[in-house]
Amino acid sequence: MACIDARGLRKAYKTTVALDGIDLQVEEGRILGLIGPNGAGKSTALNAILGLTGFEGQLKVLGRDPWTERDALMADVCFIADVAVLPRWMKVSQALDYVGGVHPRFDRAKAEAFLAKTLIKRNSRVRELSKGMVAQLHLALIMAIDARLLVLDEPTLGLDLLYRKEFYDTLLNDYFDKTRTIVITTHQVEEIQHILTDLAFIDDGKIVLESSMEDFEARYAEVMVLPEHAAAARELKPVYERQVFGRSIFLFDNADRGKLAALGEVRTPSIADLFVAVIGARAARGQRPAA
Amino acid sequence: MTNSSDQMTDASRTPPAPLHATRPFYWSVRRELWENRSLYLAPLAVSALVLVGLLLSTIGMAQRRLLTLHLPPAKQVGLIVQPYEFAHGSVMITGFIVAIVYCMSALHTERRDRSVLFWKSLPVSDLTTVLAKIFMPTVVLPIITGVIVVAVQLAMYAWSAIVLAIHGVPQPTYAQLPIVDLNLVTLYSLVVTTLWYVPLYAWFMMVGGWSRRVPFLWAVLPPAALCLGEKLAFNTTYLTKLLGARFVGVYDRAFVTQPSVVTTTVTRQTVVGSSAGAAPDLPPPVAPPISHAAASPGFHGMPQSHSIGLAEIDFGKFLSTPGLWIGLAVAAAFIAVSVWLRRRREPL
Repeated sequence: MACIDARGLRKAYKTTVALDGIDLQVEEGRILGLIGPNGAGKSTALNAILGLTGFEGQLKVLGRDPWTERDALMADVCFIADVAVLPRWMKVSQALDYVGGVHPRFDRAKAEAFLAKTLIKRNSRVRELSKGMVAQLHLALIMAIDARLLVLDEPTLGLDLLYRKEFYDTLLNDYFDKTRTIVITTHQVEEIQHILTDLAFIDDGKIVLESSMEDFEARYAEVMVLPEHAAAARELKPVYERQVFGRSIFLFDNADRGKLAALGEVRTPSIADLFVAVIGARAARGQRPAA
Repeated sequence: MTNSSDQMTDASRTPPAPLHATRPFYWSVRRELWENRSLYLAPLAVSALVLVGLLLSTIGMAQRRLLTLHLPPAKQVGLIVQPYEFAHGSVMITGFIVAIVYCMSALHTERRDRSVLFWKSLPVSDLTTVLAKIFMPTVVLPIITGVIVVAVQLAMYAWSAIVLAIHGVPQPTYAQLPIVDLNLVTLYSLVVTTLWYVPLYAWFMMVGGWSRRVPFLWAVLPPAALCLGEKLAFNTTYLTKLLGARFVGVYDRAFVTQPSVVTTTVTRQTVVGSSAGAAPDLPPPVAPPISHAAASPGFHGMPQSHSIGLAEIDFGKFLSTPGLWIGLAVAAAFIAVSVWLRRRREPL
């Protein structure tokens, strides 16, 4: 059974269409990066998955309709909607008590063990913690919940590099296993590239690219080419071209690896470069309004 | 058993950790108390002021009591009861203000600071959340204020008894003042005012859950505008009277109303107690701002000098007041809308 199964998912507000018929299947045990520009519909899609907003079309999360069966679903689904949504008045000990009191799958010892590795004091209030510590606290609470689906919407926004790295390392090492599914949205795609198993680009309310990371690596290639070989590279129909230090970097989709190797060193492109290529091209073709 | 064995065979997943029992409502109430400490701190602070006034009143208490020996019995009881009613009134009014402020922010602040996204990430339904929130002003706060008021009244009673006894004042207070009756009337009025105010609380909660900004204005101005419109358009004041009764009408409906409550009470008192001189235990004004609030008799609709006798309680009349049941039905509708709003309104 797919963890998330969306077919023709649509959500329209009064003046705008936030989701324009999305099809998305996420199998159990995957880590999906949902990447898109601002206003592309990422948060709306996540809100629909989490039962925070109504929708049209078909959507099942862990076999349930998230809008009509939200109360039951939330025992198996967890999310960090944003940084800094922990109530500022709350004490760390109260957060542990409360989550332990209402969540049937919360393992307090696990949360305590994680907090012991931080500088967070049990009697501090959230408002007294630094932004990074608040994120650590939230992660400690979430990781101690034995959820089947974890949704992270910009979980590291505004955190410094050290906290961001620690956040994802902890998530991958101490939390993730093959029984869990994680969906992440972030603008800092380069930081999550190595942890993803799947990738989806969303733009203008539509999924414009969906791929597993294995397929991504097999399909896309990037070659840095000296100026004299640029014309030859262009003949192989790159999907994107950019200039760095007087050389051209070409991004190819399903090109012959043998021919590419003749032009220069072939690498797997970063998600960020592919993102610019795909979304940027859409903007250039006028398929989406320019930012 | 069948259930768990089904789960074990379900795919290759490791069996989920054992579920432990949860008490979402209990913890939701606890969480409201954590967040809204004014629910108990404000009544405590006001009662502390009342007690400070009591201590100050020790000076000259005996002389004042002796002076009133010469007053007619009707005035004696009124003066003795006054400070107790003042304590009752000031804590109750504080409770009412705290309740309104609480209700207004209950579904508003969590959207404003986006913490609603955290609450909604946990398996606590919107129904549970809203019921826990309306539980605070309708059950938790009245219990808090009831305990505080009775404790303060007993402290006042004990203290004045000691002070008067030391000074050898001939007529002890307990002969004049049936303190247990007074406590019971206090608790009764707490129950009926709470029941009477439920629609107000629910209204403020609903508007807080709906409005994007300034919930107080949204809660107050439209009804005020409707009252004004009715007056201008039809030159009638039905709505004004209806809303006014909702604020101040509860005592008329929950107590025996007679033209002169004091007289009947005193008649009873003079029969019960052996009627000798009496003086007030406290000088009436304790702290100016509070005494001002308590002195406005219309606020709780308390008769200026209402009875202290259990005989004045008329619960049957209160229960047969249509306004009570209509108000509760309206409150239920407001609460249902609040649940609906909690489900659908997005963070601000």
